[in-house]
Amino acid sequence: MKFTLSWLKRHLKTDATIEEVAEAMTLAGLEVEEIIDPSKALSAFTIAHVISAEKHPDADKLQVCQVETVDGPKQIVCGAPNARAGIAVAYAPLGAYIPGLDFALDKKPRKIRGVESSGMMCSGKELEMGDDHDGILELDPAEYSVGQAVSDAMGVNDPVIDFEVTPNRPDWLGVNSIARDLAAVGLGELITPAIEPIAGTFPCDQEVIIKAADGCPAFSYRIIRGVKNGPSPQWLQDQLKSIGLRPISTLVDITNYVTYDRARPLHFYDLSKLQGAITVRHGNNEAFDALDDKSYTVTDADVAITDETGVIGLGGIVGGVSTGCDENTTDILVESAYFDPLTIRRSAKRLTVNSDAKYRFERGVDTGGLVDGVDLATRLVLDMCGGEPSEIKIAGEIPATPANVAFNTDLVARLTGLNLSDDEMEKILTDLGFGVSKGETWDITVPSFRRDAVGGADLVEEIARIHGFHNLDAVSLPSLPGRREPTATLTQNRTRLARRALAQQGLSEAITWSFALEDHAKAFDGGQANLALDNPISNDLNWMRPSALIHLLLAGQRSANQGYPGAALFELGPIFQGTAPNEQSLSLAGMRRVEPSRDWAGIVDITALTAKADVLAALGTMGANTDNLQVMDAVGTYWHPGRSASLRLGPKNVLASFGELHPRTLKALGIEGRVVAFEIAPDNLPAPRKKSASKAKPALALSDFMPVHRDFAFIASEDVRAGDILKAAKGADKQLISNVSLFDVYRGKGVEEGHKSLAIDVTLTPKAATLTDADIEAVSSKIIEKVMKAGGRLRG
Amino acid sequence: MSDLPADLEAVRTRVLAEITDASTVAALDDIRVAALGKKGEVSLMMRGLGKMSPDEKKIMGPALNGLKTSLNAAVEARKTDLENVALDAALASETMDMSLPVGSPNGTLHPVSQVMEEMAAIFSDMGFSVAEGPDIEDDFHNFTALNFPPGHPARDMHDTFFLEDGEKVLRTHTSPVQIRTMINQKPPIRIIAPGRTYRSDSDQTHTPMFHQVEGLVIDKGIHMGHLKGVLMDFVSAFFETDVDVQFRPHHFPFTEPSAEMDVRYERDGAAIKIGQGEKWMEILGCGMVHPNVLRACGLDPDEYQGFAFGMGVDRLAMLKYGMPDLRDMFAGDSRWLGHYGFDPLVQANLATGLS
Repeated sequence: MKFTLSWLKRHLKTDATIEEVAEAMTLAGLEVEEIIDPSKALSAFTIAHVISAEKHPDADKLQVCQVETVDGPKQIVCGAPNARAGIAVAYAPLGAYIPGLDFALDKKPRKIRGVESSGMMCSGKELEMGDDHDGILELDPAEYSVGQAVSDAMGVNDPVIDFEVTPNRPDWLGVNSIARDLAAVGLGELITPAIEPIAGTFPCDQEVIIKAADGCPAFSYRIIRGVKNGPSPQWLQDQLKSIGLRPISTLVDITNYVTYDRARPLHFYDLSKLQGAITVRHGNNEAFDALDDKSYTVTDADVAITDETGVIGLGGIVGGVSTGCDENTTDILVESAYFDPLTIRRSAKRLTVNSDAKYRFERGVDTGGLVDGVDLATRLVLDMCGGEPSEIKIAGEIPATPANVAFNTDLVARLTGLNLSDDEMEKILTDLGFGVSKGETWDITVPSFRRDAVGGADLVEEIARIHGFHNLDAVSLPSLPGRREPTATLTQNRTRLARRALAQQGLSEAITWSFALEDHAKAFDGGQANLALDNPISNDLNWMRPSALIHLLLAGQRSANQGYPGAALFELGPIFQGTAPNEQSLSLAGMRRVEPSRDWAGIVDITALTAKADVLAALGTMGANTDNLQVMDAVGTYWHPGRSASLRLGPKNVLASFGELHPRTLKALGIEGRVVAFEIAPDNLPAPRKKSASKAKPALALSDFMPVHRDFAFIASEDVRAGDILKAAKGADKQLISNVSLFDVYRGKGVEEGHKSLAIDVTLTPKAATLTDADIEAVSSKIIEKVMKAGGRLRG
Repeated sequence: MSDLPADLEAVRTRVLAEITDASTVAALDDIRVAALGKKGEVSLMMRGLGKMSPDEKKIMGPALNGLKTSLNAAVEARKTDLENVALDAALASETMDMSLPVGSPNGTLHPVSQVMEEMAAIFSDMGFSVAEGPDIEDDFHNFTALNFPPGHPARDMHDTFFLEDGEKVLRTHTSPVQIRTMINQKPPIRIIAPGRTYRSDSDQTHTPMFHQVEGLVIDKGIHMGHLKGVLMDFVSAFFETDVDVQFRPHHFPFTEPSAEMDVRYERDGAAIKIGQGEKWMEILGCGMVHPNVLRACGLDPDEYQGFAFGMGVDRLAMLKYGMPDLRDMFAGDSRWLGHYGFDPLVQANLATGLS
């Protein structure tokens, strides 16, 4: 919403500067977005007097002028035919920026056809003050002295404020309401002229029938005969132009003026073009040509203003061409109606139409101002266009005034901590237009333009707002009684550590979009229909992602394309299997592009097992017992069939999948080369069992006896997994065997084709007595027996 | 010098010379055996003691013992010398180029995570827990329960993403977590709810996904002065400097009264300095929880009241740590992450500082 300082002063008697107005608005909740001071663009320009003008010796159309300026006498070469001695002009000094030409003058005098010229005399167009002449601005030197600011001389000194109107305050879309709030905060005195009822001199014989009372409950109107339309007076044109509106004709300008002055949209019909009664009804898929040069088809969701010829307007949004006023209009019908905000909103949205009227009706206009609107319009029309008014008629029923609010004033202190006297509170409410009847509980009458005030909290806001939030005392929050529990959840703490473990592994944390391209979602087993976005920001972000890997892969590829290979990234974020809250899960996913950097110490290969190390680092720091996890098939079709696995706690609880990604999946995403990755589900990790409240650890039990190491080599078929052999060996005697480590995997001479030799070191830790040869023999046999069952035989 | 008999002195002098000349441990050992071994010169002489008269013995006994001791000591000393020489020689070839590069750089943590952890540390100190909620929300939690009636113009200002089924939306703010918390938990409530939020908007300062942190305090007797106090305490702690703030009225459907808070700032070239200067920058919205919201969550507004606030995490991260463009935050560029990311060993806390 834009308005000018001079417009405000029609409603508020104040000496405040534009900056003071803006400051007061901000502190009262009218958020100022911009102060536009048109005089600033003209600050370089001053009045100068032309002393003489002679024809340029070398150019027919140029004149050499001697000019008295703020900088002393100057010689200026000028091409304007009206440049002559004895006029006052707008002088631009050397170096000045000329807004209408969008360039700055040279800083040094330049020669024009051999004659030196210092500065410029400007046209209105060059100063962006109109475009209606082919010469320079020409003023009376008796009236304007040398050195006077051009902005001042031309009256271009009315600063504009643009501010954000919050949806709860549609009344702020009228300058009068802005003034009311500013008067309440003490910036000045509210002087909005009262609207005097104007008696009609003849009965109104136009009929208006409302058949869509849900969308248009009330329609007040009158006829004015014998008006004369034409360009509106200068003050009105200036006022409208100052806020960016184009003056059209007096009648149209009046409707625009009242719209901004009182947040009261109006419509004037050319009575001679109306055919029969006006019926306000729902549309019936009828097209009509609107005043915004577009054609709209109105349906039964819209409120159509119709006459016998059909639709003549989209009620509350835009009028029709067929009954529009023009320079020949003599008799008009003035409409001041009320349209339902929701209906207006839906229609305007569907038809993608915007207008100042729609903007106000969809937020809600003052139901108390229907007849006032007709009278104010009448006053302005009579003053500017003449004519005879009819009596006023009202079709339909004006909505009831808002309900009174029972206000317990203790609520002010309770909600804000402010302690204000009854008088202070009463003054604020009355200044804002509320009626106050004091008592145990105050009975507050709500003005029809303040339908946002429905409860006590709304009145508290009004009182605190006008008193000023800057006057609220800041109080630190009191401590809660009792012992402090940790404020982070288990998963938050676990992932906080896991993220750090992964960064220590060399991966960098990224945060990427929760949505992805449909095809990419499908490549990661997603793309369910219910996860499609109806209005995606772009076509490549149109589906909720099933995996956090998608954008990490794309980012890694982008980096590689830019000459930075070897991306290693991870992300902690949501993934989606459906739209229900329990179908969203947290994923800790990471990937490494298999583009190892060269190193003097030899290349460390990035393989599926690198991803396994990443997973174990993360799971370990999250408190998983990584020794007890089952290695099973990876979950998802996007993993390499032979180089991937999952780690599970029990057969169904998948903590993580990892390995190489399927080349087909990578191809679907346009990823070149190979990539290893992992996906961890932090929420699948069970909470640690709480044995007791004590955090003390069990006593350390150390064996006094030397551990004994025994080496074994087992031959196993390639499809037997080393992990199973190790697990079998370890399980042979859980008391005695403290560790089993794999120290060699051998294939080749001495081992048959399709087999491998696994060499393991078993650590035996006796607890009660030194081991005898027989003890060792016994446990060795058990190990061999168990490993045999797992598919390994002792290498001979 | 010693008072050894002349013959013994001669032996001593000769053997000492041999020891000094020995150039290897083996040669030294040969000398030791020749002099002090079982059949060595000195040992044989000591064996002769038995045949001596007591008077001779009295002289020769200590003399021979003295000789033996001094020769032993000389051998040991020489041996140590020779071992050191040998070790030095051996080590002379055990060299390594200590300028060779080692290791690889660590990964980094994302600045948004860092800032969220900083916020958790600051608010935890004031007794706030961290709550979470789903990214895909229903109309009730995202709008209706927050006092956005259907068709309300404020809904339009949210540029909402809708899922195709028409039922669900991507949450436009973290405020639905307020609703979930109030429905599921009895007051007193003190939570912050950081998380991803979504609005259909994209330019240098808007991305279709961004992060907010929501705050909610519900109790008896919590008023707007507390809200102002908490937020002032927060911004100064967060920016790690005294920050002058401006608290001014605004409108949000779910709070009444509603406010926005600005911080003082100034531009220094491309950099923004928070806390000083002549200009105000809005950083958050807040207010007293609207009675309709309390009622929607089953709380009696005559009994309980409180405040809520919400702020953009990414924007605060940019203001504090100087990232110029919001869009880079979510691009996953390794160079950007390396430059603006944080050391994984650093954990924001109030004891050691936030970063």
